[in-house]
Amino acid sequence: MTTAVSLAAEVRSGARSARDVTDEALAAVAANDDRFHTFLDVMEDEARAQADAVDAAVAAGRDPGPLAGVPVALKDNLCTRGFATTCGSRILEGWRPPYDATVVEVLRRAGAVAVGKTNMDEFAMGSSTENSAFGPTRNPRCTEKVPGGSSGGSAAAVAAGFAPLGLGSDTGGSIRQPAALCGVVGMKPTYGRVSRYGLVAFASSLDQIGPFATTVEDAALLYDAIAGHDPMDSTSLPSTPEPTLPGIGKGVEGMRIGLCRDLVDGCAADVAARVQEAADALAAAGAKVEEVSVPEFSYGLSAYYLIAPAEASSNLARYDGVRYGLRVDGADVEAMNTATRTAGFGAEVKRRVMLGTYALSAGYYDAYYAQAQRVRTLVMQAFDRAYQSYDVLLGATAPTTAFDLGAKVDDPMAMYMNDVCTIPSNLSGHPAISVPFGTGEDGLPVGVQVLAPALGEAMLFRVARVVEAHAP
Amino acid sequence: MNDERVTSSLSRDDVVHVAHLARLDLTDEEVELFTAQLRTVLDHVADVASLDLSHLEPSSHPIALENVLRADEPRPSLDRDEVLAAAPAVEDHRFRVPRIGGEAP
Repeated sequence: MTTAVSLAAEVRSGARSARDVTDEALAAVAANDDRFHTFLDVMEDEARAQADAVDAAVAAGRDPGPLAGVPVALKDNLCTRGFATTCGSRILEGWRPPYDATVVEVLRRAGAVAVGKTNMDEFAMGSSTENSAFGPTRNPRCTEKVPGGSSGGSAAAVAAGFAPLGLGSDTGGSIRQPAALCGVVGMKPTYGRVSRYGLVAFASSLDQIGPFATTVEDAALLYDAIAGHDPMDSTSLPSTPEPTLPGIGKGVEGMRIGLCRDLVDGCAADVAARVQEAADALAAAGAKVEEVSVPEFSYGLSAYYLIAPAEASSNLARYDGVRYGLRVDGADVEAMNTATRTAGFGAEVKRRVMLGTYALSAGYYDAYYAQAQRVRTLVMQAFDRAYQSYDVLLGATAPTTAFDLGAKVDDPMAMYMNDVCTIPSNLSGHPAISVPFGTGEDGLPVGVQVLAPALGEAMLFRVARVVEAHAP
Repeated sequence: MNDERVTSSLSRDDVVHVAHLARLDLTDEEVELFTAQLRTVLDHVADVASLDLSHLEPSSHPIALENVLRADEPRPSLDRDEVLAAAPAVEDHRFRVPRIGGEAP
């Protein structure tokens, strides 16, 4: 498939029209997406109108933007004005937001063409996209397997070639894990680096929007376009981000890289073998690679599965049947609230809301929620110690390759274990990226994860670029 | 253990109580299923609940941030008709809801 970098160059030079690129993407989705179900809704009219606007800018000699004419798949928890935004939930079915998410607006100004809204685990709660109220997405590499989740639709849309770029959100690994399982690049920026205005909230101290792409360079192109301060997001970082694309080819000569045993040892043997090969390749490319242990990471999963549900139980209180979305009538307001939420939420959302309500309830707050926040401090301090000795850390993204549809839906704890390698970076707010690196014994993609300290995106992409160049 | 409650098993009654707090109605089968599933999760997280971390401050956020306030200047807000168009029930430019508590209709 053509990369975003070269597509944008073609459109900007007038060699190819954005309308032609868009029509081709829409035709591919129409012809093939019934096999994968990556999109919940395709933005045909909006996409063509935006493509025509890009072509008009090119014809008039105006700068059409760095992403001119590039199709982008949007996770369905990103608000699109006047266009259905469901978060994979019945409770928001048919809702048309009255505003665009900042990233949607930024992409439009950059010349990108949003082609549709992608499937996801309901409210981003899940690791397989099977928790969507609208049916699962299938992994384009093998349709009997899950694409990972919760941004499985965007990962699979990019893997299937429907769009060279996608946007997802990563609260505990929801960009990186599906990227690994679908064999594409997925990156979570530093917390606060990309505006979350218009991202439907799941766990507000963890959520971050980030890019999917088929190459590291394309991921950096999209990251550079969406990074930056937004006065509409109170957690947005005020500093101006450095562009990462210009220095992406600088290599890893002299860089100190820690191969993190705690992000490898619990993984399947074939996954661990690929990570070791990536480490060897980085050493051969001139990096100083050493093994490091950060045992505090082992507590991350437990802390996450208290903090994220607690925040979710608060954030999802807004789905009360009053202002938007589903309403199921009741005799009084409380009965209406209860009937609406009971009918509108799926099983995993109910589990997490109850878990979070329990962790925050009288008598348990200190033992569970406050304790989990102390573990968060413990993990952040452990990262700080590791980054005194290393520029970046290396590990697996997911413990296994893609698993069978249905294999883990009835065992929440087994599903949660998918996030064990990705969660530490969410707790610390640090950037991390998953890069495809060969396959497991089953022939399915393996993702290698690179982790960097806060605002280390430029270094992250440099290392990822070298990993990608040596992938088998 | 810094708190013996963290080792106690979640009961059916706990699940019914929490479901009420969260405004969810569960069938008897769901209460059974969720009790077992949430117990499994709580058993797993007992590893952190039992750590002695009294020397650490809790972190509610990953990055040190200061609260921000925008300048107090008037600016356009969301279009009222567009917002109300998404509501399940509207009357006289307001969200319409059923009776609240014991109020007269």
